[in-house]
Amino acid sequence: MSGPVTDVVTSGLAFDVAHMLAGGLVLLSFVMLYQDRLSALLNVFALHAVVLSTSVAWQAFAQDAPHLYVTAAIALAFKAIVIPTALHRIVRRLGIHREIERVVGTGLTMLAGMALVALSLVVMLRVTAEADPLAREDLAFALSVVLLGLLLMVTRRNAVSQVIGFMALENGLVLAAAGAKGMPLVVEISVAFSILIAFIVIGIFLFRIRERFDTVDVNALDRFRGDRR
Amino acid sequence: MNASGLPLGLDAVSAVLLVPLAAAALLALLPGYRVAARLNVAASLLTLLAALSLFTGERPAPGAYLAIDDLNIVFVALNCFVGFTTSVFSASYIGHEVATGRLTPAYLRFYHAMYQVMMFGMNLALVANNIGLMWVAVELATLSTVLMVGIYRTHEALEAAWKYFILGSVGIALALFGTILIYMAARPVIGEGMDAMVWTTLLRHAAGFDPALVNVAFVFLLLGYGTKVGLAPLHAWLPDAHAEGPTPISAVLSGLLLNVALYAVLRFKLLLAANPGAIATGPLMVAMGLLSVLFAAAMLYRRRDIKRLFAYSSIEHMGIIVLAFGMGGPLANFAGLLHMVMHSLTKSAIFFAVGHIAQIKGTQRMSEIGGLTVTHPWLGWSLVVGVVAITGLPPTGIFMSEFLLVSSTFARAPLLAVLLVAGLLLAFGALMLRLGGLAFGEPKGSAAPAEASYLPMIAHLALVLIAGVWLPAPVVAWFQNIAALLG
Repeated sequence: MSGPVTDVVTSGLAFDVAHMLAGGLVLLSFVMLYQDRLSALLNVFALHAVVLSTSVAWQAFAQDAPHLYVTAAIALAFKAIVIPTALHRIVRRLGIHREIERVVGTGLTMLAGMALVALSLVVMLRVTAEADPLAREDLAFALSVVLLGLLLMVTRRNAVSQVIGFMALENGLVLAAAGAKGMPLVVEISVAFSILIAFIVIGIFLFRIRERFDTVDVNALDRFRGDRR
Repeated sequence: MNASGLPLGLDAVSAVLLVPLAAAALLALLPGYRVAARLNVAASLLTLLAALSLFTGERPAPGAYLAIDDLNIVFVALNCFVGFTTSVFSASYIGHEVATGRLTPAYLRFYHAMYQVMMFGMNLALVANNIGLMWVAVELATLSTVLMVGIYRTHEALEAAWKYFILGSVGIALALFGTILIYMAARPVIGEGMDAMVWTTLLRHAAGFDPALVNVAFVFLLLGYGTKVGLAPLHAWLPDAHAEGPTPISAVLSGLLLNVALYAVLRFKLLLAANPGAIATGPLMVAMGLLSVLFAAAMLYRRRDIKRLFAYSSIEHMGIIVLAFGMGGPLANFAGLLHMVMHSLTKSAIFFAVGHIAQIKGTQRMSEIGGLTVTHPWLGWSLVVGVVAITGLPPTGIFMSEFLLVSSTFARAPLLAVLLVAGLLLAFGALMLRLGGLAFGEPKGSAAPAEASYLPMIAHLALVLIAGVWLPAPVVAWFQNIAALLG
């Protein structure tokens, strides 16, 4: 490790910045939970990806791990720019920038979100007592982001917002992988790659769903369940 | 090491991976579906030969990415065998799909390429010596099957593929989190970098890992890969994916992909067993397995769609297998392994039969299918044999494995054995009830002859029957060896 980097790490600044960025991700996950318009949700997601990218880049600097810059760049390019732009276009083309239906009300969703964050903090901080504090806090935040992404997926009925929920969840995973010091590059790239594949898959699906029903509401699909025929 | 007759002088491990990959690239370019179907069969056969030559050849030392050991060699051989027979079935099946216009040649090109991509993904997951690589491979196999489930593009198929994709992704995300936690646990002991993800290294140092971290990791891994296995609270994708995709895909999903996910769970179970401070993984697996058995058995009664019926039966059997491995010990592990092999063979044979039936009758609704033994003796009686085998009646291989499991469970936890037997009987009743209507009585629907090859179906059923009467001594010795390994 070179001189200046060591200084930064030992000064506690590394810890504070990483803490702030990871906390910002959790906060943005909450912001996503109560968005009721698709385009707004997409914008928040793009911001989520920017914060993730910054956080990963900071980890790259603090850990002196240059390969993490690649992960940060991938996160920025794909998740903050390419995917939101494409989804914006899809949403406009389908004419569904209206309100999002919710299964559960906002208040209840937010309460559930808080419970999930509390749960992940309790679980992760307890079991990682011996790990270094930087990784430890990061992991707790990452699990919160993962669980909030999951919550977003289950509370939405619209296919596009489910996809956004899934990508938010994957952001949490990237945060966790970046926080695990020295984790081989294979995993980070594969995560980014799988998101790309996922996007292609979803793109195809959305196109087909649009083609068939003129809707991307997953509820509309539910009617055709085989056993209820 | 060239027992397989592979001309390139490749070692068998790379052949098992490279043949499907090359075939996938070739099939993506080939326009004619008849040629493509034949090439698909040829590639699968070549992969099977390579897999079989793994038994004879000298094993390479485990590397940072790939390794072959006693455990995964069985999975690879089973995978390639069912992959090959399904490709033969598929070749006879798709001609009919094109004739009825359900699939166009362009989609078939995609279908064949994806079939080989899926085989590649599954084989890679099985021979991976690296927990990161294994995760990537399982993800690849899942994505390729998602695309194939949705290939008919009907309402039902799209919903099934969407559900499978979303639930599968959540599962795989949880598994990745578990994988990261394992790395975190390994890092202080092994050091940073690739070594801390290599399977054989992890196992050697497992005793020194932080038990709390490993415990949490296992919960994530069990939930994550367990979604893929189709264990009860996480099974929702499975019946839809089986019912709405092409039947060859139902056969490989039930026969193979569930096993691959199970293999991943077993690997991590071994890791925890090597750590003295970690929780016992058995009770968790037993609980999930038992829940799956009871739940699926109860759900069997209300099915109206024939493919859904057997999809729920797959959930039940995966539950039995997970329960067996959860119980642990040489006898239960042996039963679990045997059950896994027998279930793969029987269930894919049943799906072959169901595929032909659905094509003849033009429907999957059981109320519109009847009297098969009268109109189609071969098909009808094969279905009877298959269902008798899957319910665990003697003299089939499944009877043997279920008997071993129940008797070993009864000796250790009588109450558990009672619940297990209740689940088995419940499933038995449901399947027998349905079989009566399907195979006997007044013939219903079209009686047109099937233009299909019964060979794969009959070969599978014959193997299951033979295994019930006589298991070759080397196979028994091999399974006992693995059972001891699994602890």
